[in-house]
This record gives sequence, C-alpha cells and structure tokens, in this order.
Amino acid sequence: MPVVIVDGTEIEIGADERLNCIEAARRAGKEIPHYCWHPGLSVVASCRMCLIETGQRDAATGKVTMVPKLVPGCQTPVKDGTVIVTESPLVTESRARVEEALLIDHPIDCPICDKAGECLLQDYHFEHGQPERRADLHAFSSRKRDVGPTVTLFVDRCIMCTRCVRFTREISGTSELMVTSRGAKEEIDVFPGHPLANKLSGNVVDLCPVGALGDKDFLYQQRVWFLKREANVCGGCSAGCSIFTEHNQDAVYRLKPRENPHVNKWWICDDGRYGWHHLHDASRILEASRRSPSPARRGNGAATPAVETVEWAEVVTKLRDDLKAAGRLAVAVSPMLTVEEAWMLCAVARSIDPQAFLAMGFVPTSGADESFPGGFTIRGEKCPNRRGVEEVLAVYGAGGRSWTDLVAHVSAGSADAAWITAGYPGPWIDTAAADAFAGLGHLVVQDLFDSPLMRLASWRLPATGFAERNGTWVNVAHRAQSFRQAIRPPAGVWPEGRLFWNMLGRRGLYDPVAVRHQIAGSSAALAALAGDMPPTGVDLRIHQLA
Amino acid sequence: MKPSDPSITWLEEKPLGLAERLYLPLFVSGLTTTARHLVSPKVTVSYPEQRPKVGNPLIYRGVHRLNRDDDGRVKCVACFLCATACPAHCIDIVATESPWPDREKYPESFQIDELRCIFCGMCEEACPVDAIELTSLLDLTGKSREEMIFDKEKLLSVYDMTKDAEPMKSTALGGTL
Repeated sequence: MPVVIVDGTEIEIGADERLNCIEAARRAGKEIPHYCWHPGLSVVASCRMCLIETGQRDAATGKVTMVPKLVPGCQTPVKDGTVIVTESPLVTESRARVEEALLIDHPIDCPICDKAGECLLQDYHFEHGQPERRADLHAFSSRKRDVGPTVTLFVDRCIMCTRCVRFTREISGTSELMVTSRGAKEEIDVFPGHPLANKLSGNVVDLCPVGALGDKDFLYQQRVWFLKREANVCGGCSAGCSIFTEHNQDAVYRLKPRENPHVNKWWICDDGRYGWHHLHDASRILEASRRSPSPARRGNGAATPAVETVEWAEVVTKLRDDLKAAGRLAVAVSPMLTVEEAWMLCAVARSIDPQAFLAMGFVPTSGADESFPGGFTIRGEKCPNRRGVEEVLAVYGAGGRSWTDLVAHVSAGSADAAWITAGYPGPWIDTAAADAFAGLGHLVVQDLFDSPLMRLASWRLPATGFAERNGTWVNVAHRAQSFRQAIRPPAGVWPEGRLFWNMLGRRGLYDPVAVRHQIAGSSAALAALAGDMPPTGVDLRIHQLA
Repeated sequence: MKPSDPSITWLEEKPLGLAERLYLPLFVSGLTTTARHLVSPKVTVSYPEQRPKVGNPLIYRGVHRLNRDDDGRVKCVACFLCATACPAHCIDIVATESPWPDREKYPESFQIDELRCIFCGMCEEACPVDAIELTSLLDLTGKSREEMIFDKEKLLSVYDMTKDAEPMKSTALGGTL
C-alpha cells in the first residue's frame, strides 16, 4: 500500500486511490484550508489558500527531498512516499498573506451578510489570518446583482473562486455564469438574457465559500447560528436525496444537501430545496374529525351532517370500531409513508379485517426523469418511498397491487370501507376520480390538505410532512435511508407512525428503530434494514449483490 | 483573537501578603467602611414621590430606544446581533430588504419584551451601528403584558423623547455616528 507522510505521520492510502494533498491530509486529521477546490468540481488552483510544502521520500535511502517552493495542495496528487507539510512557518505566512489579499477587496459587512457564521472567509481568517488589517476600510455595503429567479449576487463579497461558474459548466451543464473583466476587476455575471434559471441553481449558494451568492428564499430570514440541523431525506421525488433540514423553533428555514456518494453526491435540485413551504401552509388539516355516517352526505344542497372533532386518544378506538363495523376494508398505503409506517398500517388493517385489500396509494408523477451532465437526476416519480411500500405490501401478500387496482376494487363494490393514506404536498385527485369512493360505509382519508376525496370522507385525519416523520424511505435505486423528525408537527397532530403504533396497541412512545428491526426480521427482501443504519443508508439488495 | 496571541498579557493573581494573612488590618478597614456609611448622608429616596437622581444618564441602563439616522430612518440594519447577545431572549426581529439604496436590510418589525429584559446592556454593546441604546428612563409600567412588548414605533418614540437629553453615543465614546 502506498504511504503518504503528513506532518510526520505516515498514513496508508488505497493502491488505486487517486487523492490530492487536501484529501490525503484530511485522512491524517489535518485540514488544509481551501476555497476554490471542491471534490465535485474540476481543479483550478486559483485561490492559493491550500499552498503547502511537499517533497518525496526516496524508497531506497529514506532521504526526503523537498520541493523548493510552495505548491497548491488541491492540484498536487499524492503517491507512495509523498511528504506533505501543512504547518511550517512558510505555509502559515503564505496563508496569512492570501487572507490579507482577499480581505483588501472585501466589504467587511459580516453583521448584515447572510453567510456570517458559516463563511469560510471568516473561519479561515480567524484561523490563519492576521489580527490587524493594514489596508483602508472600504464601504460597508456590497453591490447587489440579480442573476436569476433564485439567486442574488453580492458582487463585492466575491473572492473569485469560480466554484459557481464551474458548477454551471460541469454539473448543471447550462453555463449561465461567467467571469467578466480581468485581474482586480474580475466579477461573476450572467450572459445577457440568460439568467441562472436551471433546476440545480440553488447549489451555487451552497458552493459559495463566502456570502457572494445569496439564496432569495432564505435571504434575511434568519441568522445561520440560530438554525439547528437534522439529517433528513428529501421527499420531493423518488431519488431520495440526503438533506439537512435546518430549522428553528419548529419552523423550517431552508434545506441543504447532505453529502451522500450513493445518492446525490453534494447536490439537490431546486424543487426539493424549496419544496418545504407546504409544511407551514395555513390550510393544512390539523384536526382529526369524524362525521356521523348519513346517507344524505352527498347530493344537491343537502344539509351537511354534523362533524365532530375527535381527540387523538379516542381516534385509536373509535376508528377501529367504525371500520370493524363497516365490514370489508380496502387500504391505500401511500408512497409518502415510511417503511415502518406502511408496515404498521398493513398490520392495523389486517387486525381490523384479516381479508383487508391492501394496495399501493396514488403515485404522483410529473414528466420523465431529468438528468444533468454532472450525473444528477431529478426523478419524474414525485414520491419518496414507492420501492419501500412495494416491499412491505409483498410481505402482506399484496405485492404488485396498484392504486388503479384499489379504485377498481372499490368501484366493483368489493369493499365496504376504505382507508386512503395520502400526504401529498399538492393537489392529487379530482372530483371524478374521487367519486369512485362515494358509496362507501366509511371512508378514512389521511392527508395534508383538503381535496375532493377529503370532502367525501367520514373520517378526516391529518397527515405529516417529510420533516415531521421518523422512519426509513427506500429510493428508486433500492437504497434505504433512515431519518429522524426535524420539527414537531403542528400542535396536536399525531404523525402517522404514532397513530398506527397506538392502534396496534403497542406501549410507550413510537419507536421507529424497533419497528425497523422487526420488519428486517420478517422479510428477506428487507433484511438489510437490520442493525444500525449508516447516515448514507444501505442498499436493500446488498445480500443479493454479494 | 486567539488565547495564544502575543498582544495578550496574562496576569497571575498576587499571592497574599503579610497584612492579608494577619486578617486584622482588613477587618479594621471593612469596619471603617461600615462606620463611614453610618454617618454619611442617606441615599435612599421615597420613590415615587421623590425621583432618584441618575448619575450619568449616558451610561444608565433603563428602557431601550431605537435611534434614528440623520434622515429620520431607523438606524438598525437588522443584523440580529443584539438578539444573539441577549441572554434573556427578549428581542425579536423580522428583517427584510431595505427600501433605501444605501442599506441592504432593515427591521420590518423589532420587538423587545421589556418584562423579560434584564437590562444587562448586552444589546447596546453588541450593536455594530449603535442603533439600540438604553436610556435613563427607569420607571417602566404598563397595564398588560402585551403593552410591555415594545415594538419598533414605540422604541423610536422613546428615541424622539430622549434624544435631546441623551444624545447618541459620540465617536469619542466609541460610537459610529
């Protein structure tokens, strides 16, 4: 195995690994500061922050020969015997000078800059800069430039690392951003008439090491140090990107991509990034309610039957009694539910009616998959867990049953009651489609928002959004990722998991990990869910692949 | 500034001298202070009939005010540093893009819960533009809790009320005016 010497510590790297000095030093626990280098983008070595001393150890004699000048760590590959020095006086001095040069032209407007608190310029200046500024202070504000519908550019804050430019050229493949002028007058800009409007545009804000690119959705909303982050999974499409949900006081403020080499690498799409606003929509259904079954609940101007709000503790028993009394049950297991919730829902349904008809819930789609040159794909299937629900249905002998099958089953009069779980962020069913469920004795609808189907329901139950759930989702590539809830659901709402857990008569608080382990034991296809789940998830086919 | 910075001088606590260890000299000096207060004029006043005298109103920590700039606009730039520094979490700011070209953002709403405030002055200390200041107004009363949550307009009106008696912190005092 090749050996690299980082500040005197020998570390082994893989024989076929191609690492640069920054990556090799990181393995040894040494952080080499850098602005322009990003593992997902090409190397330009323009910021000069990662300058280090390197050398080569002679394998035969053990004599080390150093390179006489500093080299950029991002651009220097390591091989067997490479010596990296990250802490020498020469390196320290160089970093201080780079910081000083960057700050000469930087408006020190940290108090009003949204990046403050997570800014690399701040962090590196504190770590490597000098305490005093030798140049004159510039103006206290930065010029603002609108570069697209999602992003604002604060021109003077930019340090010209060109990460954003390389992103639009290499990952999104849209090349909207460019560098104009030369030397000290360099600026980022868009080509005239071509605003930064691709579906991955929000990523340039994450890439920006300073506060030059601001996310319009988050701009001025909150200082970053007030935010808490929870590792989560995006529910926008079946890609299941790993994200951080950043929140404060039960309000989501923004979503950030979480590095996951198996799923989304470092990126997320704008649909997912800004797809959390429905969580705080004022029109969400917040109460469990039941209306007394009455034959006149539809028709022209008939008096609306009394609707009573039901306490959650009573939902557990009353809902079971109602469904039991109704008879033959059909259940739609929504692909928005987690594997744990889907599994418990099936168990609840079968405990009410052992012959219950289980089927996949409505699968929302929107166009075809959309791929980008950088390897990122936005899926057309707009739900996060169809694979997981399919596997759960297979456990209950209902594999392959789709929403269409369920509608046909209900239309044929083979069911007396239906329980439709939904939880979709937008409208999903029209009046014509909902009419199939009109004649049922009991219709339970569990959804985030009102819909034609919800208006027919005798039981209306609120659903929860992606950041309010606990559990596991299985994405389109069979990768299962577990996550915990980031924020609490709106006051009083029980997440699906808690309701099903209580309806199963299990004691204590809903424990998704215990349920996950139970599922893993009950199905060979889901066996990979056993044990601790790594943050990047597991491939459900791992046993088949071996 | 890091703890290892050469411009920081680290001092050791002085060891106790003979007088401190003998105890008696300090005992006498303490008793002397007590005796001096026994014979000196009284400092208590019959508030509210009598008003207490505020020593230096510029450094007194009473009711907050939000300063205005030369154009009469609120000086605050909505940087949230006061809310960050506040140990009582009594400051609530909603920031938005400012309508003026020379300022990036400004507070759409700025509320201080005066009942929660402990009047420590950290907000004044943290403010990079000297927008929030504590005045020498010390009798703070209200008929409801809601009334004691001061909004932007009320805080600006406190400034209008006190600006002549207590001018904004000058540059000589470290202000940015």
